[in-house]
Amino acid sequence: MSTVNLSTITKQFGSVTAVKELNLLINEGEFFTFLGPSGCGKTTTLRMIAGFYYPTKGKVLFNDKDMTTIPPEKRNTGMVFQNYALFPHMTVFENVAFGLKVRKLNRSETKKRVEDVLQKVRLEQYIERQVSQLSGGQQQRVALARALVIEPDILLLDEPLSNLDARLRDEMRNEILRLQRDYGITTIYVTHDQVEALTMSDRIAVFNMGVCQQVGTPTEIYNEPVNDFVAEFIGETNLLPVTIEEETEKEKVYRNNDLDTSIHVNNSKVNIAFYQESDELLMSIRPEAVQISKEDISGENVLKGEVILVQFTGASVHTYVRLNNEVTIRTTDLNEGPSTYLTEGTKVNVRLPANQIRVIPKARK
Amino acid sequence: MLNAEKRKTILLLIPIIVVLIGYVLYPSIETSIESFKKDGVFTFENYNDFFGEKAEANLEALWNSVWISLLSVFFSALIGIPLAYIFNRYDFPGRKFFSSIAIMPIVLPSLVGVMAFMYLYGEAGLVPNIIKDLFHLSEVPFSIGGISGILIVHAYTMYPYFYMTTSSALNNIDPSLEESAYNLGANRFLVFWKVTFPLLTPGLVAASLLVFMVSMASFSAPFLLAGGFRVLSLQIYFSKINGDLEMAATQSVVLTAVSISFLLFMRWYQNRRDYRMASKGIGAHRSEVSNPVLKWFMVVIGILAMIVLLLPHATLLILSLVPEGGWTWQTYPQAFNLENYRLLFENPNIWDPVRNSLIMASVASLGVFVFGIITSYALVKRKFFGKNLLDILVMIPWVLPATVVGMNMVLAFNEPSIFSFGKVLVGTFWILPLAYFVRFIPLVVRSTTAVLEQMDDSIEEAAQNLGAKWFYTFRRVVIPIILPGVLSGTLLAFVQAVGEFPTSVLLYTLGNRPISIEIMNQLRMFNMGQAAAYGMIQVGLIAIVMIISNKFFKVKTENAL
Repeated sequence: MSTVNLSTITKQFGSVTAVKELNLLINEGEFFTFLGPSGCGKTTTLRMIAGFYYPTKGKVLFNDKDMTTIPPEKRNTGMVFQNYALFPHMTVFENVAFGLKVRKLNRSETKKRVEDVLQKVRLEQYIERQVSQLSGGQQQRVALARALVIEPDILLLDEPLSNLDARLRDEMRNEILRLQRDYGITTIYVTHDQVEALTMSDRIAVFNMGVCQQVGTPTEIYNEPVNDFVAEFIGETNLLPVTIEEETEKEKVYRNNDLDTSIHVNNSKVNIAFYQESDELLMSIRPEAVQISKEDISGENVLKGEVILVQFTGASVHTYVRLNNEVTIRTTDLNEGPSTYLTEGTKVNVRLPANQIRVIPKARK
Repeated sequence: MLNAEKRKTILLLIPIIVVLIGYVLYPSIETSIESFKKDGVFTFENYNDFFGEKAEANLEALWNSVWISLLSVFFSALIGIPLAYIFNRYDFPGRKFFSSIAIMPIVLPSLVGVMAFMYLYGEAGLVPNIIKDLFHLSEVPFSIGGISGILIVHAYTMYPYFYMTTSSALNNIDPSLEESAYNLGANRFLVFWKVTFPLLTPGLVAASLLVFMVSMASFSAPFLLAGGFRVLSLQIYFSKINGDLEMAATQSVVLTAVSISFLLFMRWYQNRRDYRMASKGIGAHRSEVSNPVLKWFMVVIGILAMIVLLLPHATLLILSLVPEGGWTWQTYPQAFNLENYRLLFENPNIWDPVRNSLIMASVASLGVFVFGIITSYALVKRKFFGKNLLDILVMIPWVLPATVVGMNMVLAFNEPSIFSFGKVLVGTFWILPLAYFVRFIPLVVRSTTAVLEQMDDSIEEAAQNLGAKWFYTFRRVVIPIILPGVLSGTLLAFVQAVGEFPTSVLLYTLGNRPISIEIMNQLRMFNMGQAAAYGMIQVGLIAIVMIISNKFFKVKTENAL
């Protein structure tokens, strides 16, 4: 087990900067996720930790030991590849035993450890199978077993679930978490799937265009995004451009020109992100926080609108409310039976609760 | 650590580059230099002689080579494309069997094939004479020889290139493309001309290129059939035999230039359009023939094609059973027994060429096996400056006609050089294995590259990540994965080397004369039985190799061609 410390890492491919001045400290035993759209630099970062790329600038430290230029075979990391990268000419046993054989373990010890780990991933009855005879989920578990059996200091998972269908993905998500807790290994998980990231991680780093935007626990990332990219990439949100109007100790008042209205926001760390004078500002409110009603609502931030679309998804109902020609707000409510569904064309009142709004700066390009 | 990776790459590249420069580039350059020499003085006189009025023979040979090759392309396409279309698009009894027969000409080494054709359709051939006797004609109704002979042999041996590329292209066409054309209201004819055929063009262009180059380089057919007819590949041989090495060099340069310009032209044509399939996942797509008349008509075509295709093989078998003196002035062979095979194993004089061929082909195959793995690995999995250049260098022997490869060897190694460790190689045992090695580099590199490209980079990375060093990974992971592909390529190189004629005839010595040379000698002595027995050995070897590749390596050998 190790901590992983990336200090001001930059990776350039020719003239393209894939990762820019990244600083990260991943704690011992932590389940840490790199989240971001494709091409954001998350896999590049993972491969620098594994040793397949060397950073152009900066250092990679495991437990304060400089690993920046150590070749991959000497890092003792266990990596699970997106396509599993199982050796096609070997059986399940031989695949899992490969890393132990390289470490020159004796035969009986190897056999014991392979059997143990296969039992952990529930594949003990497939031990003599050729890997091509296994299903996708089973191959995935062989890849996991192969990475775990060498007792790596760090487990690296590169979009391991992206080749599986939805149901299997759910199952493997729990499986991976269970194994990670069992072994207590520092784990770095790369994904572009926000649900995976939110449900599995201790902490998440959100990447965009080679820059790490925010590091935090799933709840911090969701509830207190630092900029519009994070707010939009994780979960759904309504974004409206705003400018500051006035500030008191208890609240700040912003103005949105599209709606020609003032918006009151609680003056607290949860509701106002850190920003600088020069930043363009946006207000973000999650659909589930917006209140709508056919009755009159009193209080601040109440607007009038018309329902233009109702989407039924099963567990919840999305209602799109047009406030004026420029602005349409999306709201989400739990499904509470047909009597509560609004119909298109209904005039409604919309409230944006002052304690649910978050004001954030536009992400710098 | 960047340096460690780079060091490995450089260590890999050094032997590759030395071999390629020493045995591919340097000999080619020697030939080019020689072509500008006359009595040791630098001059354009050889080219003057070639293109000038003085020696019409050369220009005539060049022109003959070109139009014979163009006609060969035409006839091969005429047979190969319809056959592929019928066998791949319609389902009728025996379809699978017929389609596996369709590639049989490949199993016939060129020299042996030409010989079978001579005794089958030639002046004294079996077919014309049977027809003559059956219909009581006073003369044989037809016989092949000269130009017609060359063309027929070319069409027979080269149509599989069209057949195979068309087949695989047809099978790769997404059926929904044609279906969507029908859906939009196009009729069968329109669909074929506007959708199917354009999608086949890249394959057809590649096949045309291959057939053109193979028939430009063709040596055995003109050698045995041409009579007074001149082609360039043969002129090189005559110049060399007459001791005019400078002229032979000039002719080699011209022949190479024509082949390369055709290659470049085809590449240019191919790159003008993009034909890649946008869709993935392709299902089989065959219409069953329901009309009984049509169905049986196709079966008849299949059977007829099968007979024509297998007649040369059968002829070879029959001939090999005719003992010496068993077929002289008579119309048909008079005696059949296993005498030729007995002699083969009992008479060391007759066995020697077989042994020589096997040894030399083994040496060459071992060479290309090792060289092929290293070179393909470097080309596919390593990044370095000048990769394209290396790729071109590797493929040079593929573009060079065999006769030219032979001449290159003669001109490069008839004097000591560092690449031959200061020795004269011409006239020794080693020159032939070396020539075979050079000839078959591209074949093995290409078949190895194909399997390596299918192997994802992450496989190697996974091994490394688990703690394996590069060499361990290479030995335990990379080689086992690619071995079937490499071995089938190497085996194919082996059997082709066993039957190789054009380079052998330029480079052999009495001590290392290979099978093909002995076949030629036996034919000169009208002992066609013994020649055919030699041929049968080659056919047998090729058959074994194809079976091994198909059964054990699950690789279609013919794909490597």
